[in-house]
Amino acid sequence: MIAIDRRLTKNFDWLTFAIIIALALIGISTIYSATRPPAGVGEHSDFYLKQILWLTISIAALFVVVFFDYRWFYKFAYPLYGIGLMLLTIVLFAGRTSLGARRWLNIGPLSFQPSEFFRMMFIIAFSAYLVNRGEELKGRLPASAIFVFALFPMILVIKQPDLGTAILLSALFVSLSLAKGISRRIMTAILVIGLVSIPFFGNIAWDGLKDYQKNRLIAFIDPEVDPAGIGYHIAQSKISIGSGGLTGKGYLKGTQGPLRFLPEKHTDFIFAVFAEEWGFSGSIFLVGIYLTLFLRGIDTAMKAKDEYGRLLATGVTSMFFVYFTVNIGMTLGMTPVVGVPLPFMSYGGTSLLSNFIAAGILISVRTRRFELFYP
Amino acid sequence: MITRIKIGSLIIAAVIALFVFRLGYLQILHREQYQKLSENNRLRIIKSPAPRGIIYDRNGVPLVKNIPTFSVSIVPENLKNLDRNALAGLLEMPAQEIEEKLNKKDNSPFVPIKLKLGLNFNDIARIEAMRSDFPGLFVETEVGREYLFGKSGSHVIGYLGKITQAQLTRPDLKHFPPDALIGQWGAEALHDERLRGTPGERIVEIDALGRELRLIQQKQAIKGGDIHLSIDINIHKAIENAFGEKAGALVAIKPASGEILALESLPSFDPNVFVMGVAPQDWKALTENKKKPLLNRALQSQYPPGSTFKIVTAITALEEEAVKPDMKFTCTGGLGFGKWTFGCWKKGGHGSVDFHRGIVESCDVYFYEVGKRLGMDKIYKYAVALGLGKETGVELPPVKESKGLVPNPQWKREKKKLSWFLGDTFISAIGQGFVSTTPIQMASVMAAVANNGSVCKPTLIKGGSLPKDAVKLKPETIKMIKDALQGVVNEPNGTAKGAKSAIVLTGGKTGTAQVVSKRKGLGGERFMDHAWFVAFAPVENPEIAVAVFVEHGGGGGAVAAPIAKKAIEAYFKKEDTKKEQENRPNDSD
Repeated sequence: MIAIDRRLTKNFDWLTFAIIIALALIGISTIYSATRPPAGVGEHSDFYLKQILWLTISIAALFVVVFFDYRWFYKFAYPLYGIGLMLLTIVLFAGRTSLGARRWLNIGPLSFQPSEFFRMMFIIAFSAYLVNRGEELKGRLPASAIFVFALFPMILVIKQPDLGTAILLSALFVSLSLAKGISRRIMTAILVIGLVSIPFFGNIAWDGLKDYQKNRLIAFIDPEVDPAGIGYHIAQSKISIGSGGLTGKGYLKGTQGPLRFLPEKHTDFIFAVFAEEWGFSGSIFLVGIYLTLFLRGIDTAMKAKDEYGRLLATGVTSMFFVYFTVNIGMTLGMTPVVGVPLPFMSYGGTSLLSNFIAAGILISVRTRRFELFYP
Repeated sequence: MITRIKIGSLIIAAVIALFVFRLGYLQILHREQYQKLSENNRLRIIKSPAPRGIIYDRNGVPLVKNIPTFSVSIVPENLKNLDRNALAGLLEMPAQEIEEKLNKKDNSPFVPIKLKLGLNFNDIARIEAMRSDFPGLFVETEVGREYLFGKSGSHVIGYLGKITQAQLTRPDLKHFPPDALIGQWGAEALHDERLRGTPGERIVEIDALGRELRLIQQKQAIKGGDIHLSIDINIHKAIENAFGEKAGALVAIKPASGEILALESLPSFDPNVFVMGVAPQDWKALTENKKKPLLNRALQSQYPPGSTFKIVTAITALEEEAVKPDMKFTCTGGLGFGKWTFGCWKKGGHGSVDFHRGIVESCDVYFYEVGKRLGMDKIYKYAVALGLGKETGVELPPVKESKGLVPNPQWKREKKKLSWFLGDTFISAIGQGFVSTTPIQMASVMAAVANNGSVCKPTLIKGGSLPKDAVKLKPETIKMIKDALQGVVNEPNGTAKGAKSAIVLTGGKTGTAQVVSKRKGLGGERFMDHAWFVAFAPVENPEIAVAVFVEHGGGGGAVAAPIAKKAIEAYFKKEDTKKEQENRPNDSD
């Protein structure tokens, strides 16, 4: 069961742990800077204090996950996934609407976003499913699996609407399928059919989008149309980053965030605040830390002692990478504005906690790579 | 397996490389462009001035009123295509002046430049009609100040004026805008911090054209605190009338508390002139006026107090028991001493003079004799204890109070390198020679005597201060002095019959400060003596002590005493005026 073993401490993946702690601390210091009162007037908001509190909770949760053998996720994968789908369904009917999206669920005094946890449940369950199928898959996925692990959850999150999670789920579906060994021909066929269907179902999809999502797409195509309107987020983010120059304006010297030109400065646009204050050199350093995290994740997947561990590590690493790509791409004005937090850095308790749990699984897989027998 | 890892790593590498290129593109290639955008991307902080606290007199009469004033400003971003000559015509000011204001070094690109203050409604109508020709030009409302009593009490109330360059470098004022109005004189300056209040502030986000995009933060202005002065504006009005064209000062103090009931220096100035920035011709008129309206004579003029100083000598004499009240000296019109003769003002002499008559008739010879018996050191001791020779401590910035001077042998040795002669004692005992006092000092001495020896620090705030020093005086001394001072005003041969009032029993003492010693051959007002008169009333339980100083007024009894009487009567008539106030329709709203 819970194997508290010398090997656990000896083989503990300190590098991954150090990386995520470093990212979380950089995040907190950037949140502190971003939420300074404008022009020194008013009180400093306590976002950074809340984030520190969430970080301590998240570290505790991470250690629980690490000491908990990941193969127990395998046993409870389907019930967990069932609960996840249920929560996604409930949130559609009983969720709290904030900023035009129904994503939040209130349980007593707590409120959380089920989709933040659903992504973990998805990785756990889809990995278990792929392991279960074993060799009988023979390079193809049955239609039932495509429905249960792709179409149904996709419909639920698009309905919220939660574009970020939708993109993540499709990316996870593809990456985990590839890692399992779905033949590239079949995967290519799925992708081609998907791409071809976009213009085909384009009108339906466009009608399904909420107004603010349409605006974001228009703004992405031409952000400078109206700097105070829909392209505002992107234009301000680019101004923040660009004005940082080579070495940045210096910590607590950035103006865009505290002066509130940059919206959601401490959540989705935290990288812009960081890049303004630390410049090109700081940004490259930060991107380097993320790169190390991803490469370590791939390495963990390669060295995992069993297929389930390999799939879990692949899923978690993919998740971090997708969020990183979508977030930074948006901040740099390269992809449309999709409300996705930057893993470990953005303000937000649920997101930090679920990312630490995910990292816990990653560490657990690496730490247990030398365990030869099931306990 | 290996190829899949390769593909994964390749995708990661590609994305990271894209991001690095993009970062380089934004942060290195286009750095300057974005830095410029970031600088323009500013908040504008719009201050709204707080309504200033109101200054009231001791009876609750408002002395000032806040009035809206209008100014015209231009946003610096709109200067490029500005027709400066047309603007000069519109604002009716020289193009050169506009040019100077626009080209000031410390102009910030984000703060509108104020071009003209104190606009009237015609100006506003004209500007508003033409505004479309001058983008960025706008009219603003500000809080100005109206001084409801004009010149009356202006030295005390002071004025609000534009902040000066020197003030802008002071640490507590340096965050003020360059055209801020702050208290520059008198109570307006002394209590500026309290009166000022807290300005409101709107932080708005602006776009590149200076348009407000949204309100970020708003702080309401908080009205400044009110000030209740100790002065009675009715006394001030009465003084103004009583002085007429003459220059001088009057200070009235409530003896028991040190509250200053009136502090007037004439000629004075109209504070309303200063509020919108004083016009050059007005400033020239004030500074070049030979009568110096900006000089606060009540605090700054120091002249020999003349016979009013005999009060101090008389107190010293009785306290030190140098003379008995019934002891008599004979005045023959002068006192010979060696080869010198010290004259009495009354050429024929007073004959046989005792203490009471010595004061009532102000016999100089009597006080020479007293001085001779006392010695200067003793007179000096009581003069200083009663508050002479040092500042009274009343604060009325930017005026610096004069100290006056009470001489003694030590002083003469150190400062003049001369020995003290008995003759110095003689002329000092009658308040001439080196002795010099300010009107407020003499009012303070009079108040201390009226208050049986308790000296209160004079204050301009209603409520008063506690007695700070007490000169221990025997009750008999006080009674003798007060009786004699009452005699000066009320007895047939008293020197100040002009101060006798039908309303209240008054005591007082005249004085004359000689301008050019006895060389009466020179004519003209310029060489006339200065007149002094100090008084208190009522004689029992005094409520008011007054010192009047009239420049080149001649004899104290003839000129200064009637002015004191009017001030005292104005004070005792306050009950009537209060009723008047209540019956007057309320026009403040």
